[in-house]
Amino acid sequence: MENGLVPSRSDMFPAGLRVLVVDDDPTWLKILEKMLKKCSYEVTTCCLATDALDMLRKRKEGFDIVISDVNMPDMDGFKLLEHVGLEMNLPVIMMSVDGEINRVMKGVLHGACDYLLKPIRMKELQNIWQHVVRKKIHEVKDLETHEGSESIQKMRNGLDAFDDSHLLAGGDLASARRRKDLEYHGLDDQDFSDSSAAKKARVVWSIDLHQKFVSAVNHIGLDKVGPKKILDLMNVPWLTRENVASHLQKYRLYLSRLQKQNEPSFGATTQPDFSSMDPSSSFNIQSSTVMHQNNSASCSFGYFGKNMLVQDVSPEVQEVSSKVPFLPVTKSRKALTVDVPYMQKMDNGSRIELANSSGSGKKIKYTLFEPSQPTTPQQHSWGGASPMIQFTKQPKEEQSPPRYPSCQKQHIQADPIKPASSVNFGTSTSEADKVGPSEMKPWRTVYGNSHVRTVSPTSHTVKAQTNAVSAEIFDCMSTSIISPSTKCHSFDQFLNSNLGTQQLNFVSGPILVSPHEDVQLCSLQDHAYVENVGLNNLEFSDYLGPELITDIPSHLNDGLRFNSDYLFDSIEYSTIAEGLFIT
Amino acid sequence: MQRSERRICTKKGRKHASICLSASSNLLVKFHHSVKTGLPLWLLGFGMDRLRTDMNRLLALLFHQGVLDEQFLQLQQLQDETSPNFVSEVVTIYFRESEKLLRNLRELLSDREFSDYRRMGIHLNQFMGSSSSIGAKRVRNVCAAFRAASEQNNRLGCFHALELLEHEYCYLKNKLHEFFQVEQQRVMAAGVRYPIQN
Repeated sequence: MENGLVPSRSDMFPAGLRVLVVDDDPTWLKILEKMLKKCSYEVTTCCLATDALDMLRKRKEGFDIVISDVNMPDMDGFKLLEHVGLEMNLPVIMMSVDGEINRVMKGVLHGACDYLLKPIRMKELQNIWQHVVRKKIHEVKDLETHEGSESIQKMRNGLDAFDDSHLLAGGDLASARRRKDLEYHGLDDQDFSDSSAAKKARVVWSIDLHQKFVSAVNHIGLDKVGPKKILDLMNVPWLTRENVASHLQKYRLYLSRLQKQNEPSFGATTQPDFSSMDPSSSFNIQSSTVMHQNNSASCSFGYFGKNMLVQDVSPEVQEVSSKVPFLPVTKSRKALTVDVPYMQKMDNGSRIELANSSGSGKKIKYTLFEPSQPTTPQQHSWGGASPMIQFTKQPKEEQSPPRYPSCQKQHIQADPIKPASSVNFGTSTSEADKVGPSEMKPWRTVYGNSHVRTVSPTSHTVKAQTNAVSAEIFDCMSTSIISPSTKCHSFDQFLNSNLGTQQLNFVSGPILVSPHEDVQLCSLQDHAYVENVGLNNLEFSDYLGPELITDIPSHLNDGLRFNSDYLFDSIEYSTIAEGLFIT
Repeated sequence: MQRSERRICTKKGRKHASICLSASSNLLVKFHHSVKTGLPLWLLGFGMDRLRTDMNRLLALLFHQGVLDEQFLQLQQLQDETSPNFVSEVVTIYFRESEKLLRNLRELLSDREFSDYRRMGIHLNQFMGSSSSIGAKRVRNVCAAFRAASEQNNRLGCFHALELLEHEYCYLKNKLHEFFQVEQQRVMAAGVRYPIQN
């Protein structure tokens, strides 16, 4: 956010907040869009995570906050969360219908600012701007640790501006001052290789620097180590004690994470406190050679995604390399935007050897520590992605016949196709790694298209003879696979077909009669349509006594499952329906 | 009415009839009225207020039955001049998505060699999410039960749950269609003047 660039927006903050909503469920997309618009935010919606990432990358400064669903077909919501935090450092809010504690924990560990449970109320969305502000404040605080006391004073001034009503303006001010301070202190000798945060200064822990750090730590002994001692040993003039302290904290956590391979228990660690000197960690600290052990619990490391410091992530490299069959496959497929930024980040230091899985020797790689997150979730996402392929294929079939009368046949035709496709994708997920990427794109476009295309609403008028319709229905009934959608489509047809027939009896046929059919048709299961055909043809001017209705299904009822119980359901519904129109 | 009461001895009959009877008893007289004249009620000059009452009554019924919950009210509150058909649009999208999901579920279960309960769980999660968006509480609860059955790999339980789910969904769809039609009537009636006033 540039100071003075968009003055109108900062004046009316939080109105005009630019929100990106990512959710595969179109109902929720529409609702959230409306809710956010009511909060006077600028909303962009997206139903695919990959599209969302593209959009974010294209417009680097184009969004303030991202709201994303957890369960999405093309990409796991947590992975999207990581990417956004990694590349754009935007606050991300997760949403899900599932509120289980481990899921929420996962969200928190991956760096989500908040985790909303569906159904989401509007009042929950009204306060999302606080996450934007909070993130800004944290950025400012990060820089406080890197700079001297005089700059801290300036920051405080900037922060005081936060306390005023112009919160965003204060944030802009602080960031502008921060930039000026950076130039002033001449931090150019540092590596500003983090492309996404040109405006932020980071103590970039280069490989040499980290090597010095580690050797200092080893020299002192990990138990007795303290930031001051390390600092003295390292003999790096521009490094502050705070830098070392936070780096040490992370290093310790990283070591402990290596130990506890699959235990996410250290998610319980608190927010990185930059001012804390000696992290009073209760972890078992083993020797630094442990760091080459494979470790899959990368979540805690990722939790400190807010931290601007760059960390050594060589164990993560080891992780990566241990999954060699997995990653190179995905690496080669550029369609996977998931991997691309990861690789980019890794290549920043241009000293990464991914395929290297030797356990000997310390390989200190230079990269951001956030990428440690993608490795494990990546695999999970494949598991999640491949079954979704089946799902995404389906819209393809149903979209091809847009018109209703042929719709039913289409559904039945689609059925033989689907088992074939399910066989394809029913194969193990290990294959999906290779199959997945190449297939994903076409499915994705199909899936995306399915949202773009507007399926005709259920209440469109189809002029069809009742007899023809019923004949068609009967044909469909005789097939073994009758889907509920078929049922409901056919009831819509009844609805519309009866517009013609019933108009003779009523002046305003459509309105009163159709709910009648609705009620009868849909309250019954598949085969009960047979009954309703008869009912539709009755004269409605006579009171539909139960006696009358029972006579009809007797000759229509050939081997139907349902007995007259359902019939009386329909009667009750019909009286209700009629009754509701009478006052 | 007596015969229908007697005949409702089965579980399903009882479930629906008990709900329907209570509401319909006082409305039968009015049904007679409209039926005799052969005219639609709104043209008989019953007016907008009546229609609004109808809508409210239908909604109250649905709330009472637990078919809808307060999320639906949230949707109604979101509807305004800039999007006058908001609720109906959202519900239309919901129906479309739900039918897709129901179709998928039925296909999954129809497969003899079906064993992919996880995929079923995914569909169910989606369905639950969608249903929570419009406040379809009963549908959502059945989805939860369905999901529980699928987590136990209980195929028979899944079948039953699917039947129930389809049933609940259809009931919801019916009722919401009614609701929107009454609303349409109300909108139309708002612009029409009748010579005959009640």
